[in-house]
Amino acid sequence: MERRGKQTWHFDQPVYIQGAGTAVGPEELKGPLGSCFDVSYDNLYAGQENWELAERQLMQDAVEVALKEAEKKSEEMDYFFAGDLLNQIVTSNYYAREVDIPYFGLFAACATVMEGVALAALFVDTGTANLTLTAVSSHNATAERQFRYPTEFAGQRPDSSTFTVTGAGAVVIGKKPSLIKVTDATIGKVRDYGIKQPFDMGSAMAPAAADTLITHLKETRRDPSYYDVIVTGDLSRVGSGILRKLVQDKGITLDRYEDCGVMIYHQEQPVFSGGSGAACPAVVTFGHLFKEMKEGRIKRMLVVATGALLSPLMIQQKESIPSIAHAVAFEREE
Amino acid sequence: MAVDEQQKKLYQKNIKLYQPKSHVIKNGLKAFLIGGLICTIGQGISRIYMTFLPITQEEAMSPTLATLILLAALATGFGIYDKLGQFAGAGSLVPVTGFSNAMTSAALEHKSEGLVFGIGANMFKLTGAVIAFGVLSAYLVGLTRMLVEMLINS
Amino acid sequence: MFEYLAAFVVGGFICFLGQMLMDIGKLSPTHTLSTLVVAGALLDGFHLYDRLIDFAGAGATVPITSFGHALVHGAMSEGDRYGFFGIGMGVFEVTSVGISSTILFSFLVAIFFKPKG
Repeated sequence: MERRGKQTWHFDQPVYIQGAGTAVGPEELKGPLGSCFDVSYDNLYAGQENWELAERQLMQDAVEVALKEAEKKSEEMDYFFAGDLLNQIVTSNYYAREVDIPYFGLFAACATVMEGVALAALFVDTGTANLTLTAVSSHNATAERQFRYPTEFAGQRPDSSTFTVTGAGAVVIGKKPSLIKVTDATIGKVRDYGIKQPFDMGSAMAPAAADTLITHLKETRRDPSYYDVIVTGDLSRVGSGILRKLVQDKGITLDRYEDCGVMIYHQEQPVFSGGSGAACPAVVTFGHLFKEMKEGRIKRMLVVATGALLSPLMIQQKESIPSIAHAVAFEREE
Repeated sequence: MAVDEQQKKLYQKNIKLYQPKSHVIKNGLKAFLIGGLICTIGQGISRIYMTFLPITQEEAMSPTLATLILLAALATGFGIYDKLGQFAGAGSLVPVTGFSNAMTSAALEHKSEGLVFGIGANMFKLTGAVIAFGVLSAYLVGLTRMLVEMLINS
Repeated sequence: MFEYLAAFVVGGFICFLGQMLMDIGKLSPTHTLSTLVVAGALLDGFHLYDRLIDFAGAGATVPITSFGHALVHGAMSEGDRYGFFGIGMGVFEVTSVGISSTILFSFLVAIFFKPKG
């Protein structure tokens, strides 16, 4: 691996996607990308007794599909990187119980998936591992009950709110060449611009996304046009507008730019500003964007996953919302 | 470098353009309509009780409220009250039905944690403050009234 | 018919005030309800809430403000008799039905239903 500047890793050794899997809930299935997901459920319980178990089921489903596509068994994985939104990342910990793999539990809120992919890619590039498994999950009901209000509570949400994606994404990364190569990763720094409203996370996360994106372009000496598409994790309609402005102020014009939170739902769905959650960038990247790459419509893409690092207690203590963004570049191998 | 106060203030000012405007008048109107409707239904229920039982309007208040509380709790259980909430805002929150929904939804949400730590302990999650401040203000108002009466009488 | 109109207008107006507290005052639902309860208590301190109930019936008893009124009413009725300790003795007298039935019904619903998300 070659370091580019302070925050970017360029993987000069072979790092390839061996397999990917996605599992989603009812709203995601109804969205425009519904057919791209591997496993789906028509209700939030996923056949389980409670929602925490449902989220674990989603992670299990995603991992099983990823391993199947990679034609590997979980015992062959050298390390497992996983994270989710729940306190003590219980979904990941309690699922890691089932798989016998040395485990790194990660937390970067909704940016966890790219933090995981970056680390997994680094391990493979440096020869620390032959095969790695990375997974993240989120669930609308578990997130609501932890961060906001009981799900049946008749509270009114502002238009800037986002809707936590119910889903899980998993990916196997290894050395064997495949259609999708992992080429670079930029590790973000925490940025806090004083936003205190948890119902407007787009505004809180946009500066971190801008910071990581600008740093990535600077350190790799690339122009936005190098990529066929630049994607953010879950800035939603509010945050993506702000991001465009922030990078424009630094003289960068984003040509083909999309946000996973905006892509995953139709505008008519009752999702306010768009999707959010650790699974949002994961399922859109592993389900939809990878498919676009395999079918040749995207040759190079940059995924900037964004995370709001708050907790309800911090908000009650009148703290603002610090955020982070991690970026990973993928390239189609001819 | 970490962000300084000036940058923060500038950012928050600049993004106001991108934040969706809240429809204050429209929300206010919806709250008025739904809230008024729930109270009118309450008045109707009160009338029904007064017709079938020999009680005054004041005495009918208790069974009326209990009925509304039950209806809201059921609506919460069936998963329909929260949908009303997104539309009506304060119109469904401020009537006693909102109080019932707040307690029922909190109790319902935590059933996976059992009867004591789940349902029992979490029931007052949203409404505990309401009861606490209600009682505190009752003490304050009560004491003030007593003091004033003492001063007037002396 | 007038009683229904009065209930509609007064009840609707109190909810409108609540909406303003949430949208303009940026208060959370719990903050809003707490504020309105305290307002009801204060109004009853001046004997004003009773008049509102006489005029609007359910329009004044159904909104959460009546909870504040009921707490003060109960507190005062015992407070007049027993002084300071009477407040504590009477405070839940009038609202007893409200709180007990909410506890009972939320408990029962929580036992028999499952949240849908």
